Amino acid sequence: MREVRISLVGFGIVGHGVLEVVRRKWGLLRKMGLDMKVVSVTDINGTLFDETGIDPQRLHAARTLEGIANLDIIGKEAIQKVDSDLVVEVTPTNIVHGQPGLGHIEEALSSGKHVVTSNKGPLVVAYNHLQEMAQDNGVMLKYEATVGGTMPLISLVEKNLVGNEILGIRGIFNGTCNYILTRMMEEKYTYSYALTEAQDLGIAEADPAYDVDGIDTAGKVVILANSIFGMTAKYEDVSVTGIREITPEALNLAWERGYHIKLIGEVPALTVKPMLVPRRSPLAVGGTLNVASIETDLSGTITVTGLGAGSIETASAIVSDIVSIYTSRQIDG
Amino acid sequence: MRLSMDLELQDIPGQLMQSLEPFKKYKGNIISVVHHRDRKTPRGTVPVQIVFEIDPSNIENIKKHLEDNGIVVVRAGEDRFIEETSVLLIGHVLHSDLGDTINRIDSTGFAEVEDLSLRMPGIEEPSSAYLRIRATGKEEIGKSLSILRHVGAEKDLLVIEPIEAEKI
Ligand SMILES: NC(=O)c1ccc[n+]([C@@H]2O[C@H](COP(=O)([O-])OP(=O)(O)OC[C@H]3O[C@@H](n4cnc5c(N)ncnc54)[C@H](OP(=O)(O)O)[C@@H]3O)[C@@H](O)[C@H]2O)c1
Repeated sequence: MREVRISLVGFGIVGHGVLEVVRRKWGLLRKMGLDMKVVSVTDINGTLFDETGIDPQRLHAARTLEGIANLDIIGKEAIQKVDSDLVVEVTPTNIVHGQPGLGHIEEALSSGKHVVTSNKGPLVVAYNHLQEMAQDNGVMLKYEATVGGTMPLISLVEKNLVGNEILGIRGIFNGTCNYILTRMMEEKYTYSYALTEAQDLGIAEADPAYDVDGIDTAGKVVILANSIFGMTAKYEDVSVTGIREITPEALNLAWERGYHIKLIGEVPALTVKPMLVPRRSPLAVGGTLNVASIETDLSGTITVTGLGAGSIETASAIVSDIVSIYTSRQIDG
Repeated sequence: MRLSMDLELQDIPGQLMQSLEPFKKYKGNIISVVHHRDRKTPRGTVPVQIVFEIDPSNIENIKKHLEDNGIVVVRAGEDRFIEETSVLLIGHVLHSDLGDTINRIDSTGFAEVEDLSLRMPGIEEPSSAYLRIRATGKEEIGKSLSILRHVGAEKDLLVIEPIEAEKI
């Protein structure tokens, strides 16, 4: 049985999901030979530490660690001091400077800990630098959940399509925009009405700019460009147009001519813009779904779709990444 | 004169070469041949599109020669716009001189706006226009889209292109 001591940094929607998935899948993970223990949880209030593994039940009802933390350390200090094998970094995304996640991931990698993250910011700002650090320290950095949430895209390309040349990837990488456009088309809602509906349902943030202006999608385009296409793209290299100007009339006109309008991100073109998607195209998925078409030289075009966000869904991608780190190591011998 | 012809060939070796023979015989200058092997007709024939330059008086001879050899001529004529695409514009489409926007495409000589529909919800509201553009080839479709992108930037219109028109 391989013991995996995990430090969870960030205890929000995804952080709670990770604890829940590890709890639910504990038996299955053991069958795979992995004894996963979350030994610490850190948020801005402090750190809860238990070297025998934190009982997830204990944190189930807690929204934050206020009044629960037993160590007065946070951030890099917590990563450095807690003895663990792997850090799950799930703090808020900042695409401009990548912090606080960037510092957390650097600290973890330089102290020889694997990192699994759903936080786009650090990867958008410093993907190549972080992968080099991981390599220099003999550890792995995994980030499936940063692009398309639960939809297996990075691992699909890295594992199952290995040997193929990837010619291009295009898709819908933001569930909020997809939801808004779907509702505008189905119900003839105006943009602002569909947005408030999405906000009421918790699908859109109070400040929706990050999603609707295409910033989030552009961040994912940068991550794909650097990780799958070996580029050195920066956020500024992406040409970005969001969905605020789309009207129900335009959606209706497109529909009559056999098209949807979707916010599409493309690599290596490095573009994010609303595009006409034929109604019968595999990219024409509705609601909050994400989708990606991967064009390859040997396997043709392969399309995957799935939920791009959600607590348990995102956590499932994180746990899969953790498992893959240890299973691929076993093969290495 | 530039002309185009749509043919249907049997899916057997040598048919394509055979279909090109009369063009040589009647001094046609072949500009492009598009062989749609992936788009077989229900009858199992393969559509082929040939664009060529020729003295129009020879066209009937070519047709006869082809038909005598068992090749189906679906269409022959001046219609040289063999590719098409759709574009949607959002903004003050009409008040930014729609006639001029269309003319920028039509005046190229290699493409034209074939179909147009408009939606105008209200005077101050942004309107939308759907345009179908036809052109002499894929490259010309690309050039037309690039013209529209420029017009869009100049006139503050959102230009929405179809995914299939662009290579990934
Ligand atoms: N939610 C999704 O479905 C989803 C999907 C894909 C990717 N992601 C990405 O995953 C990450 C986490 O998302 P989320 O929805 O869980 O966000 P969230 O609910 O806002 O949670 C973020 C957590 O990080 C904590 N935090 C903030 N600064 C910190 C610091 N310096 N040190 C330690 N902890 C800190 C926050 O504490 P406080 O609450 O006390 O401030 C909170 O517990 C984000 O980068 C997001 O973009 C989310």
